[in-house]
Amino acid sequence: MTDNRDDLLTIAGKTYRSRLLVGTGKYKDFEETRLATEASGAEIVTVAIRRSNIGQNPGEPNLLDVLPPDRYTILPNTAGCYTAKDAVRTCRLARELLDGHKLVKLEVLGDEKTLYPDLPATLEAAETLVKEGFDVMVYTSDDPILAKRFEEMGCVAVMPLAAPIGSGLGIQNKYNILTIVENARVPILVDAGVGTASDAAIAMELGCDGVLMNTAIAGAKNPVLMASAMKKAVEAGREAFRAGRIPRKRYASASSPLDGTFF
Amino acid sequence: MDIIVNGEPASVPDGTTVAELIERLALGGKRIALEINEDIVPRSQYGERRLMPGDRLEIVHAIGGG
Repeated sequence: MTDNRDDLLTIAGKTYRSRLLVGTGKYKDFEETRLATEASGAEIVTVAIRRSNIGQNPGEPNLLDVLPPDRYTILPNTAGCYTAKDAVRTCRLARELLDGHKLVKLEVLGDEKTLYPDLPATLEAAETLVKEGFDVMVYTSDDPILAKRFEEMGCVAVMPLAAPIGSGLGIQNKYNILTIVENARVPILVDAGVGTASDAAIAMELGCDGVLMNTAIAGAKNPVLMASAMKKAVEAGREAFRAGRIPRKRYASASSPLDGTFF
Repeated sequence: MDIIVNGEPASVPDGTTVAELIERLALGGKRIALEINEDIVPRSQYGERRLMPGDRLEIVHAIGGG
């Protein structure tokens, strides 16, 4: 039975077929963004909120023309925010920009070298945003206690990092991710640190509900091909998780029967 | 009167509305969001909201990001 039609990801009451969420940064142009996003099969795409360029290229296309909100669920992020206040401000602007849209990706960063989350500030921002009615998907460390805290606060998804943003190091603490997944009642998505397809598959095999990535695709030599690889890796990892892997054993166990040997 | 738009000084006639400023900046019809002095101005109020001297505006849009 390989029917995956009923295996849907639900975030804030909306269901998705794809468990791969992609960022839209670092592409060479909008055409590459569009092609890679399509190849990834993603239904949720992150965007950043930045100052409009005043007086420059009035005819310049807009990202949301390339990735129309009626086709994709737009997930505005608070990337680049180092304080709770800036993150909350960014989310309010995003809600206005997207006509009352409530789903946001909250990240409050701690320092430029690691881009690790500032967790006290992230907790503070999450509390405010949940109170203001936002559906918060929160970027956090791979700490199981904090992951649970965000869930209890009312975040709609918790997104622990696999490794530092853009590092491509893959999942550095599988057992923490596993603990977070086992304890969770909201979707857990690995966000940040994926380098290649096997990293995404491992996240899904651990039981994560999805994976969010940007650099691993946009930074690949061939982003469109990598997007396709990631789509398959997430699907393969998910199927393997659902199928239930064999236990690890230290010694061999023969695949062919020993009965009926004639030698 | 003098105002600040996205961190840059700008000069507009007294009584200019947000809608007029947006047209002047060639941002009419674009998907943007705007705040004045760190408070959101809903799109529905652009026509009536008049700018005041010293107002600090931020006009933002969505760009690629992860």
